[in-house]
Amino acid sequence: MEDRLDSKLDVVIEEELTERLDAPAIRIRSQRKRLFQTFVRNRPAILGVFLLVLVLVMAIFADDWFIAIFQGREPQPLLAPYDPLEQDTVNRLAPPSREHWMGLDSYGRDTLSRIIYGSRVSLLVGLLSVLIGGVSGALMGLTGGFLGGKVENVIMRVADILMAFPSLIMGLMVLAVLGGGLFNMILAIGIVLSPTFARVAHSSTLGVKENEYVEAARSIGAGNWRIARVHILPNIISEVVVLASIWIASAIRVEANLSFIGLGVSPPTPAWGSMIRDGTKYLFQAPWVSFFPGLAILITVLAFNLLGDGLRDILDPKLQN
Amino acid sequence: MGKYILSRLLLAIPTVLAVLTLVFFVVRVIPGDPATAALGDYASQEAVEALREKMGLNEPLIVQYFNFLGDLVRGDLGASMITGKEISDLVKQVLPYTLELTITSIFIGTILGVPLGIYTARHVNTGVDYVGRVVSLAGLSVPAFYLGILIMLLLAHKIPIFPAVGGGNLKDFKSNIMHLVLPALTLGLIMTASVTRLTRSAMLNVLKDDYVRTARAKGLSERVVVLRHALRAALVPIVSIIGIWAASLVADSVLTETVFARPGLGKMLVSAIMQRDYTLLQSVMVIYALFVVGINLITDIAYSFVDPRITH
Repeated sequence: MEDRLDSKLDVVIEEELTERLDAPAIRIRSQRKRLFQTFVRNRPAILGVFLLVLVLVMAIFADDWFIAIFQGREPQPLLAPYDPLEQDTVNRLAPPSREHWMGLDSYGRDTLSRIIYGSRVSLLVGLLSVLIGGVSGALMGLTGGFLGGKVENVIMRVADILMAFPSLIMGLMVLAVLGGGLFNMILAIGIVLSPTFARVAHSSTLGVKENEYVEAARSIGAGNWRIARVHILPNIISEVVVLASIWIASAIRVEANLSFIGLGVSPPTPAWGSMIRDGTKYLFQAPWVSFFPGLAILITVLAFNLLGDGLRDILDPKLQN
Repeated sequence: MGKYILSRLLLAIPTVLAVLTLVFFVVRVIPGDPATAALGDYASQEAVEALREKMGLNEPLIVQYFNFLGDLVRGDLGASMITGKEISDLVKQVLPYTLELTITSIFIGTILGVPLGIYTARHVNTGVDYVGRVVSLAGLSVPAFYLGILIMLLLAHKIPIFPAVGGGNLKDFKSNIMHLVLPALTLGLIMTASVTRLTRSAMLNVLKDDYVRTARAKGLSERVVVLRHALRAALVPIVSIIGIWAASLVADSVLTETVFARPGLGKMLVSAIMQRDYTLLQSVMVIYALFVVGINLITDIAYSFVDPRITH
């Protein structure tokens, strides 16, 4: 009898112990699973991921650079049917055909191949400029929110002033100083985006730093740098990441705008915005030269927007309808 | 109310000053000497030096800064470095085009976006709502210049109703309106997408509140419930998105003016950058900045009418 009671008690204790020990792990696992399921059930978000994979594959496998690097030769087109710079001047502005699915541009270059290669510029600008803007902005917001006082005032007022200009005007202004070209454009868009990230990081830092665990860390002697890195950064990062995917969409659009105005990547490197710009001269005569690159921009930006919407729904269930 | 408006006006002054300062220094850090840029690379040293003196570039920076502010207060924008024309005259010529474009676009975006948002919120999770969501997200994703090109292809080429390019004659009402339709439609539709999305989510937030249920329980008609009780409460975010868009449309006019070859502030800005016309660039930037500050001010004041609690 006693044995049985004992063993029963053991089981209860064991159960309780495992529950206590594993509970957070189980909860985290099930929470992740739930978040994942919410995301998978969000059909638009899945469509976004699918489109993004498509664009990524285009950018990576446009040519066989990953083989060419080892063989020490120039990369050959892989996914792209033609070399994006190869000119067929006899057939310039030829309409879409079986050989050239999206027609030829005014120099007789294959539009489809140029779109496939052009995805590299768009993705590069989108990802790198958001990385620059996100990291610098988040650091500024975190520093300001965490330290408070004068530092906070200066940082946030500067962010306010930078945000007083619409992003396109601000981008034009920075490019006027730096001059055009790919890397200046990445830097310009990064600078344009950083105040937005600073604001978000600032307001989430203000919320997080009031928590008891921050006070606890401070009371056991943790310095500012450690608290910011270990206790605050991990808690604000999710909001910054969600913002990032939406702002990549925005960055790609700003890049297209600037390329369209003529301040982007220098020719003849294919970029979607400048392809449209070239096409406008022959718009009524050969609309395909502008039409297809625009479609590529639309699809890519839409993909990032869909993904961003999906991520936001997951992290902020209040916004779900 | 008056006190609130006054305080907003006073608060706008430091913003304007900060923005003007930013523009001044940005133009000063652009690499290259403005005088050399104006005269070309082969100009003699004496000529460059004379122009530098005339442009006040030899003064200390702080003196230049206060001269810049003083000129602005007197409404003197100076002369274009490249063409030598008075900038205030140039601005007066193109400003009406940009203004009419921006105002018409805001009008289109509001008049379409708000009702569509209310409608989709009332029919949430139906086919209409789903289509509306996809279309508005697409509208947020399409670059303004691309939509402009598509609209131009459709309504100026396939079905040639409207002229494709140009700004029309400001004095001739019909020519002016005909040239305005396509660019205004372009910007208006993009704004519609965003306003629809926001109105929908603001309405959804409000429609499930208790007082809406109370209003329904009192037996008020659905029309009164939605338009008087719910919409009123959802109006603050709607006003703020319209304000944000107003500012951003001023910027997007750079693109539509390029696509439709319309005269305007945006086109002037682009050509100032391309030709490295520093004085023109500085003035156009200042005007843009004042625009944005002014729009923010109007938005702030509009808040106080929409939600009188804000004034306290």
